[in-house]
Parts: sequence; structure tokens; C-alpha cells
Amino acid sequence: MAWNEPGGNDQDPWGSRGKKGGNQGPPDLDEVLGKFGEKVTSIFGGGGSRGTGNGGGSIIALVVVLVVISLLYAVSGFYIVQEAERGVVLRFGQVQDALRGPGLNWNPPLIDDVEVINIQHVRKYRGRERMLTEDVNIVEADFEVQYKVTDPKSFFLNVLRPENSLQHAMESALRHEVGSESMDNILTQGRAALADQVQIRLQTYLNNYGTGIHISKVNIENVEAPKEVRDAFQDVNRAREDQTRVQSEAEQYANGIVPEARGKAARIIEEANGYKSEVVARSEGEAARFDKLLAEYKKAPKVTRERLYLDAIESVYANSTKVMIDVEGGNNLLYLPLDKLVEQSRSQSSVSSSISDTVQSATEEFRQRRDTSSRRREVR
Amino acid sequence: MNNKAIFGLIALLIVAVVGWNSLFKVRQIERVVLLHLGEIKNPDVQPGLHVKWPMIESVKRFDARILTLDAPPQRYLTSEKKYVVVDSFVKWRIAEDGLKKFYTASSGSLNVAAGLIASRVDTGLRAKFGERTLHEVISGERDELMADLTSEMDKVIREELGIAIVDVRVKGIEFSEEVSLSVYQRMRAERAREAQEHRSEGKELAEGIRADADRQRRVILAEAYKNSELTRGEGDALSAAIYAKAYNKDSEFYSFYRSLDAYKETFSNKGDVMLIDRDSEFFRYMGSSKGKN
Repeated sequence: MAWNEPGGNDQDPWGSRGKKGGNQGPPDLDEVLGKFGEKVTSIFGGGGSRGTGNGGGSIIALVVVLVVISLLYAVSGFYIVQEAERGVVLRFGQVQDALRGPGLNWNPPLIDDVEVINIQHVRKYRGRERMLTEDVNIVEADFEVQYKVTDPKSFFLNVLRPENSLQHAMESALRHEVGSESMDNILTQGRAALADQVQIRLQTYLNNYGTGIHISKVNIENVEAPKEVRDAFQDVNRAREDQTRVQSEAEQYANGIVPEARGKAARIIEEANGYKSEVVARSEGEAARFDKLLAEYKKAPKVTRERLYLDAIESVYANSTKVMIDVEGGNNLLYLPLDKLVEQSRSQSSVSSSISDTVQSATEEFRQRRDTSSRRREVR
Repeated sequence: MNNKAIFGLIALLIVAVVGWNSLFKVRQIERVVLLHLGEIKNPDVQPGLHVKWPMIESVKRFDARILTLDAPPQRYLTSEKKYVVVDSFVKWRIAEDGLKKFYTASSGSLNVAAGLIASRVDTGLRAKFGERTLHEVISGERDELMADLTSEMDKVIREELGIAIVDVRVKGIEFSEEVSLSVYQRMRAERAREAQEHRSEGKELAEGIRADADRQRRVILAEAYKNSELTRGEGDALSAAIYAKAYNKDSEFYSFYRSLDAYKETFSNKGDVMLIDRDSEFFRYMGSSKGKN
């Protein structure tokens, strides 16, 4: 079992004289006596050679020794308190209300004990802990406590090694607060709140012990999962990034195709508008042409009609291959090599045309011929 | 005279030594028992300067401040039979009225007292852990647990040892190795689930975004097609109206005129072969200058 035992170190009540800093402590008894003895022998040695009958020299010597001792005693009571420090005075073991301020101070040695404590220095305690969370997960955290001694009397009087107590209390407070939070909370947004709660709890503990310590800040840094499972946690981070990446890729796709579709739509609309304008303009033009012609036709219908007819048929015949049949009633026996005729005219008119074109145009021609013949009959 | 002086000096020395030994200070940070030949004469000397018989009487000093007992971690079993390793500490001090009891019970040794406290607290903690689940121990009930334990321990130990228990705190709860491993496995599984969730959610959202974009594209194109057809129809209707208006003025002439146009348009190719009957109107003058009819 390990425990803190009083008197195990420099806290020993008899040893505490050395803590006053400098050589202000009361001189050791043996030392005093030793010095006393030295002085006595030296003085007596000198005095003895001058004359033995005179006892007054010894008394003078004794007085001198006492004066020297008193002087030494007085001088050893001086000590300096720094700006940031305060001295707690125990007179005959009892605490004095007034603290010793900065500057040169004097307290009677042996009668007063003075404990000088720094009250402005901000002290720090850092550590790293592995803890259980409320949902029985394990986290690791680095922490730092900043604290000051605000009540030097309590600091000195109430607790043995108060800073040690602070460390114990910190571990306990941190564990308690971590144990009351879920891991997700601690790892993400709850860290600042956690530090505040730890600070409050820690201060409560320390006030309970009466340490005179004020906690100025608790920082909880770098909370993370234990290294055994850290890769799994990092994978979650990667997954989060994957999530946003996949989303932005999809958005990129959407941003690509939707405007493109809008453009296409605009083209379709414009083409339709163009078509509309085109057919309207065409019809207007053709109607106007017909109107003009009709006006003239009305003036001389017979001639105009004749002329139009002849013009048209002329151009039709001029532009096509024709076979005139001038034999009455011999229709049934007439042999016409139509395919040859077609071939001949084709080779004349168009030079380059593929077979399919030929076939297609041949059928078209056949159809046209049929139409023409029937139309011809109508006209006739 | 010389001898007298030496004698005087020796006398002075003896007075000093005796005086030194018969005076003692009690500081406010310590508790002092005054013993008369080993027997307690004053069980609680107040702070200040005091007188005692030199050599015959002696003082025993103890720290009056709060002391810390930091016991090594112990294995405890929780109510669901899980082993946890608990590191605790105890804050204690000699009770105000307990110095005599403390001195007699611990025979003046703080180490002995600390050992006694440690075993009591160990027993107390073991009992408390045994009746609670791990979850209760870790979180919610810790404050309550410690307050209970502190007051129980204080009561018992004050009675037995004259010691006041200021605080009992757990500063560490850890799992044994095998439990740790299973916790790590569970943590891993939970993280894997979370990661999968993120990835799938991402895909879900992405798919939604893509589908929405595709839908928008279809709708936009379909709307455009609809509007374009509408416009084309308007154009067709308009042009039909224009044609009808013009051609209605003389429909017979229109038929004639339009037919002629169609003939010209139809037979525009040299490849068109026509079999022509001489009877047609066009050849009216072919046979006779008078015409046929």
C-alpha cells in the first residue's frame, strides 16, 4: 500500500525551518553553541596571557558573546517576499491574520514560522487519460488545468500537498464528466461544455478540501478514440467525405444536363417558331401570286387559260422523255422496251447514282407514269 | 575567577538546553499528543507555545491537514459479473475530537492508520460495485455512490480510528484486458455501421439528385416539344387560312392553276418517260392546222 505519510519528506514539522528560503531560519542549537564555545575559547585565550587576576575581562567577553549571538539572531530573522508572493506567519504555531506583503520583512526566528507562497503564478497541470464514456466506449483525452493559489493560508494549512490533491481531483472530475456523456457528444460538439463542467466539478472538490486553489481554466484537447480502434473512426471521417463527394458529383451531373436540356428546349421552340414564320410567309407569298394572276385572268380568261396550259405542258414535255403513239387501235400489239428507254435516259441525265437510287427512282417513275396516264385520260 | 567563569558558562549552557527541552511549539498544521513517560497526559495540545518536563515528557506530532490515501487499483465485480479495475483515492484527516483514539488505535503510526483505511474502503467499494451495473457505476450514480460511501466510511472509521473521511473518489475505472477487447470490437462495429450509413446516404442523395435532374430534362424537352407542336400547328392553320382566303376567290381557276404547277413539278426529270397519245388537247394542231375541235 502506498500512501502519503506526513513526516516522510520536507513537510516534517522539525524540518520545516529550512523552507523559509535563504538563511532566515533559526540557527541550529548545536551551531549556536558551537559558535559560542569558539568565541569563549578565543577570548579567554587572549585574556589569559594578559593577566589572570583580572576577572572583568571574562565578563566583558561574555557580554560580547551574548551581543554577537543576539545580533546573529536578529539578522537571521530578515527575509524578502517577492512581488507575487505572500508570507503566512505562524507565531508560536498559531496563524496570524495578517499576511506578509512584498519587500523586506522581519520575523523573530524560533518564535515565528513563515511560509512564503506564490499567489500570482499561474500553475499548470497537464495529463492524458483513457476513460469510459456513458455509452461504455473508451476515449482518450489530453487535458490541461491552469490554477492559482488565491488563499495562501488555506493552501498551507488545510491540505498536505494540495497540488497532489488537485491532480487526483482532476482525474476524478474528468472521469466523472466523461462518464456522463456519450462518446459522440464528447468527440464532436460537447468538448467545450465538457471542459466547463469539469472545471466546476473540480472547483467543488477543491473547495471541499479547502485547498485555497482557484481553477482559472480547464482545457480538454485532442479527444480521440483509443489507437486500437482509431482506424475505424478515421474510416467514418472518410465515409463522411465520400458522402459529400458523391453528392457533389451528382450535383455536377445535374448542373450539366439540366441547362443542356434547357438549351435544347430553346432550340426546339425556335425551330417551331421558324417553321411557323416560314409556312405563313410562303402561304402569303403564294396567295399574293395567285391573287395577281387571278386579276389578270379575270380580264382575259380564255387566252390566259390557254396560254397557261400550253406553257405548263410545254415545260413538262421539254423536261421529260416522251414516246408519242400515233397509231389508232394498235395499242395492244405495240412493243415498247420501257426499261431500255429508262436506262438510256438515266445514263444521259444523271451520271452518279447508286443502285438503290436507281431502283427507287425507277419505281417512282413508274408510279408517276401511271398517274400521268390516268391524268391524261381525265384531261382528255 | 577563571573557573567561576567556566562554571557560569556551563550553567548557562545547561539552562539553555533544559529550557529548549521544556518548551515546545504546536503549529496549526499539526496535532500533538503530550506523553508523560509514555502515558497520554494531554491528548490534544492546542496550537501555541507550551511547557513540559524535559526528558520525562515527550510530544508526538501528527499532520493535522487533509492527507491522501492513493490505493493501488483493485479488481471489482459489477452486478452483471464484469470485472473492472478501479483506481480510487481517499481524503482523510484526524478527526477534531479523535486524536486520542487515533493515537491508541494506530499506535501512533500514520502508515498503520492508512492501511486500516485502505482495507475498509476497499471492502466498501467492492460492496458498492457489486450491487450496481457497470453503466450505473460509470455515469449517473457515481456522485451518489461516492457520497454514500464517504458518509458510511466516515461513520465507521471515525468510531474505530478517530479519523474523518473527507472524500472517497474513483479516479479510474478500466476494463480488464478481455473486456477491453470486446469493447473495442463493439466500437469498431458501431463505427463501421456509421461509415456505411454515411456512404449509403450519400449514394441515396446522389441518386435522388441524378433522378431529379433526369426528370427535369425530360420535362423540359417534353414541354418544349409540346410548345413547338403548338407553334407549328398555329403556323399550319394560319397558312391554310391564307391559302383558303386567296383560292376561294375562284376555286375552278385555282384547280387549273395548281394542277399545272403540279405537272411542272412532277415531270422535272429527263428520266421521266411519257407515252403520249396524240388525242390530247396539246396536240390539237399536230394533225391539222384547223385544229380538231
